[in-house]
Amino acid sequence: MAKVMSFLTRTRGNGKLHWTDWLTYGYLLLGVLLMFLPVIWLGLSSFKTDAELERFPPRILPMAQETVEVEGYDDPLPLYQITGGDYAGRTLAQIRRIGLNAQMVDPTNPTERLNVNIDDRQAVEHFALATENYSELFARFNFLKFFWNSVFITSVATIIMLTVNAMAAFALSKYQFKGRMVVLGLVIGTLMIPQTVVLVPLFLITKELNMADSLWGVIIPGAATPTGVFLLRQYMLTIPDEILDAARMDKASEWKIFWRIIVPLSAPAIAVLAILAIMWRWNDFLWPLIVLTSTDNFTLQLALNSFQGELNTQWSNLLAMTMLVLLPIACVFVFLQKYIATGIASTGGK
Amino acid sequence: MLMILEPIMRVIEVPMKFLQTALRLKNPAWLFLFPNLVLFGLFAFLPILVNVAYALTGSDGILLSDRPYVGMQNFTDLMACESYLDPNSCKDDLFWRAVWNTVWFTTLQVGLMVGFALITALILNRDIRARGFFRAVFFFPVLLSPVVVALIWKWILQREGILNAWLDGLGLETFNWLLDRDWAFGWSVFLSIWAHMGFYTLILLAGLQAIPRDVYEAAMMDRASPWRAFRRITLPLLMPTMLVVLVLATIKGVQTFEEVYAFTGGGPGSATTLIIQYVYETGFAGAPRLFGPAAAASLLLAFVLVVLTVIQLWLNRKNVDG
Repeated sequence: MAKVMSFLTRTRGNGKLHWTDWLTYGYLLLGVLLMFLPVIWLGLSSFKTDAELERFPPRILPMAQETVEVEGYDDPLPLYQITGGDYAGRTLAQIRRIGLNAQMVDPTNPTERLNVNIDDRQAVEHFALATENYSELFARFNFLKFFWNSVFITSVATIIMLTVNAMAAFALSKYQFKGRMVVLGLVIGTLMIPQTVVLVPLFLITKELNMADSLWGVIIPGAATPTGVFLLRQYMLTIPDEILDAARMDKASEWKIFWRIIVPLSAPAIAVLAILAIMWRWNDFLWPLIVLTSTDNFTLQLALNSFQGELNTQWSNLLAMTMLVLLPIACVFVFLQKYIATGIASTGGK
Repeated sequence: MLMILEPIMRVIEVPMKFLQTALRLKNPAWLFLFPNLVLFGLFAFLPILVNVAYALTGSDGILLSDRPYVGMQNFTDLMACESYLDPNSCKDDLFWRAVWNTVWFTTLQVGLMVGFALITALILNRDIRARGFFRAVFFFPVLLSPVVVALIWKWILQREGILNAWLDGLGLETFNWLLDRDWAFGWSVFLSIWAHMGFYTLILLAGLQAIPRDVYEAAMMDRASPWRAFRRITLPLLMPTMLVVLVLATIKGVQTFEEVYAFTGGGPGSATTLIIQYVYETGFAGAPRLFGPAAAASLLLAFVLVVLTVIQLWLNRKNVDG
């Protein structure tokens, strides 16, 4: 087997890396950079002040100028390192700037005013996170409302979807009845009708059911998914029927059999579906965009999009908001990526 | 997780038990199917019929009773073109621009994406260290929401963004990327590949790992060169998976909307307006709301998708059998 592996990978024994290995690791490194750097860059930028964000060329780390309290001045004054002229080498605080000169003061000797050419000074800076980008989201924007809408839609929709789909999967896997194949065919049929091609009538029906511009209008239409029914049915087929028969001997109701036996035994498949459902709903955009019209009902995704569309894009808050929308999914990813990967591979996407 | 559902289940048990005894059902399959079928019926099958009704009626009324029958008018309006290759000669030029954008977009996106996904899968299938980590890295963007993906790249590509700073540092020309038609289109394709490639890589990797090792062992016995082994074993055995991936990517590709819409808004002009955006803007975003043309356009799209899906199911079946 080891021979086969080395043949497959073309690593030429004796621990030396073949040129194809260099190529492989080069490609992988490039992949890591291309996939992660954009997100890391977004994260770093989200902690920068507006002034820092407008800086060109941008700096990697968020920096802020040091300030110092000087006796006799109400506000803290910005600190500069003097690089030339009479005061070279000293660290002074700037009072104000007049044309090409800056009026400075030595923090240790606040009475004396010094005039310095602005080209002779350099700002003293340190690494600082502009956390106000984040705190402003809560103070000035309705962030919590959007967050709540997203959480509500995601959790309620996931619960309804799991319940309804598991029930259907149970019926299709554990009962023999007339029309079973027809129903199965119908379920396959819905696979062919993605939401994108029935947007107009779907909106009309949602409106007729009085669910337009309400969170329920987002939750209900997507609650039954052919993918979910299939995934669960395939899994439930592997549960032996004898267990059910034994329960029926004990006069358990069919619902009890479903809930006490089938559901716990299908927990792995249900977990995979739950993760997928949470992801789909959290990231959903097109359908909420059509159903939800008033800002109060916006989900995070909608808020984020409308926020960036406004005339003067305020990047500092926008970047912070993007990070907050991204974080829950990133956390889920870190802990559950293996399950997500297998889940997606086995269902073929949505 | 299941604990959350406990109270709900107890509540449902009461009517379910009652119905089972009241209807004297020995086989309550339909009871379990009922909620799912209602949802499918209301939100999947009924819409198709209503869609046809919308496509055959005019005016901007939303209720079908407010909409006069116009026959094939909506379709003939969409199709009224002197030359299908030149959107300017069409009555509904935006529709045809969107159609051609979608054709180009899908061709480029699917071709490049499946190509890179294949290379990535082949590399991940080698005997490398930390394979799980690298697999996760390529998969990571799949989980991001379309709006987040769009904003990440918008921030990089903006006028004074890091890409321009980098080009400037190298002494190269900088661009206003998203204000140039061709660049905006190119970056939209790139962004879409970036966001979805990991998914197809995963499927191809599963296909590669399903190829039995002993085939390679036999090839090694026969002193076949690795390149020959790849061409004669890997490629043919991966072909079924490749086809499924190609069709699946095409099905998703023609329905692209969210990330491109959040990225460019369809602009500059209509350079990146794709077919779903045409449906959205005609039916929902504009005033008056033209449901007729929007429904007609979605039916045309649905037709393309049904053909693709039938091909996919057929390929899948062959996969299972063979």
